[in-house]
Amino acid sequence: MGAIITLSLLAILLLYLGLFKAKKALLPVTLIGLVLAVGFEWYGWDKIAEPQYSGMVLFDRYAIAFSILCIFIAGLVLSLSKAYFKAISENVAEYYTLILFSLVGALLVCSYHNFAILFIGIEVMSVALYILVGIRKKDRASNEAALKYFLMGAFSTGFLLFGITLMYGATGSFDLSELQQYVRNTPDHQISPLFFGGILLMIVGLCFKVGAAPFHFWTPDVYDGSPILVTAYMSTVVKVASFAGFLRLFSMVLIPLDGFWEPLLLTIAIITLFVGNISALVQSSFKRMLAYSSIAHAGYMLFAILSIGNLSPSAILTYGFAYSLASVVAFAALILVKRQIGTDQFESFNGLAKKNPFLAVAITIAMLSLAGIPLTAGLLANL
Amino acid sequence: MDNIATQLQGVPLQHYLIFCSTIFAIGVIGVLTRRNIIIIMMSIELMLNAVNLLLAAFSAHHADPAGQVFVFFIMALAAAEVAVGLAIVIMVYRNTKSIDIDSLTKLRL
Repeated sequence: MGAIITLSLLAILLLYLGLFKAKKALLPVTLIGLVLAVGFEWYGWDKIAEPQYSGMVLFDRYAIAFSILCIFIAGLVLSLSKAYFKAISENVAEYYTLILFSLVGALLVCSYHNFAILFIGIEVMSVALYILVGIRKKDRASNEAALKYFLMGAFSTGFLLFGITLMYGATGSFDLSELQQYVRNTPDHQISPLFFGGILLMIVGLCFKVGAAPFHFWTPDVYDGSPILVTAYMSTVVKVASFAGFLRLFSMVLIPLDGFWEPLLLTIAIITLFVGNISALVQSSFKRMLAYSSIAHAGYMLFAILSIGNLSPSAILTYGFAYSLASVVAFAALILVKRQIGTDQFESFNGLAKKNPFLAVAITIAMLSLAGIPLTAGLLANL
Repeated sequence: MDNIATQLQGVPLQHYLIFCSTIFAIGVIGVLTRRNIIIIMMSIELMLNAVNLLLAAFSAHHADPAGQVFVFFIMALAAAEVAVGLAIVIMVYRNTKSIDIDSLTKLRL
């Protein structure tokens, strides 16, 4: 809880710093705050985890590990942002603040123990992002991306909520422990059909959020239209946090019913892999290619959920770490290339090795890691 | 309060379920088929309100207040979401002079 409060206060503090034109202090203060938040998370690592605040949140090692990963990636994205944000807008403080608010939502999603917190976390995470995506007010592409992201986000929230409601109708509770009791203590054929309907709708809602096919159609457009660093943040932190939430629901509550949801998720994962990888091949824009690659990676992470077990959380964690790091490096390289050449088509990478060997090496490593290392991490997850 | 709860329980749960699922489906169809952004947002609100109604009904039938509290969460967050959403619509309108979703074609390949 310390980390969540720290980050919320930090975001408000940054707004005031922006108000008093202390632009130089923004980044150092943010990074100090993030380190402080990691410290708070780390402090809870050895404690015995129990649901806190009337069972609303649970800071077990699972939640702490994913929270630290989210904070770390967000710190990475923010430290890249120093020159970038200044170039596109005067109000730099808003970027930092909104990214931090969104990070608070991500932490809530990682550590929820009650559907109310899952819902609030997802909303806090998304609403800040709607603004970030559309922050270039005059840019038509950014406008369009913001509108699409907003409509799809609100639409998927509707499905998620209907799923939660049906589960509540079947069990009479929003609490994960009580849902767990219900699933364990009721014989399979007596479980209410409402509950199965709830699972279906929640899968639809969550697949929208992580951008898994066939609910992925918004992803390329939104990733393409938003500012590059916001795309980097969206495709890493938000994705990792959503998967943490996804996995928590399945590993805590729904394991006994795997006969019902396994074929479904398997189909989704396979379609996602095909769509993501094949469409990535035909793109001409580097950014759009990365968007499709992030869809494909959602497919790999779904496989980790499918092979649910003790190893599953650590598999997703390792995978999320490798994928996020490679993505952030790739996006950072894209920013540099775009600044030098002015376009994000593949042609702009021609002759990069001569002009800027270091950058070329970095981007090659990132690309190889997106292609290779995650694959091995995905294989690990399947074992 | 007891009175209202018993009155709510007087209607069988199936009726609430069918009614709310119908409203929800109307909302989903509205989002998928309409082209006007404002009408799409109204359809999304319809979906959320179907959920709210169903939550209230379940809450009365389980005699458990948690469901009604959840309705407040949904209302508050939906209001916040719509505030941001309408701001985005205004921003789009200033640039394109239209609130038709088909006017947004910059990102298609």
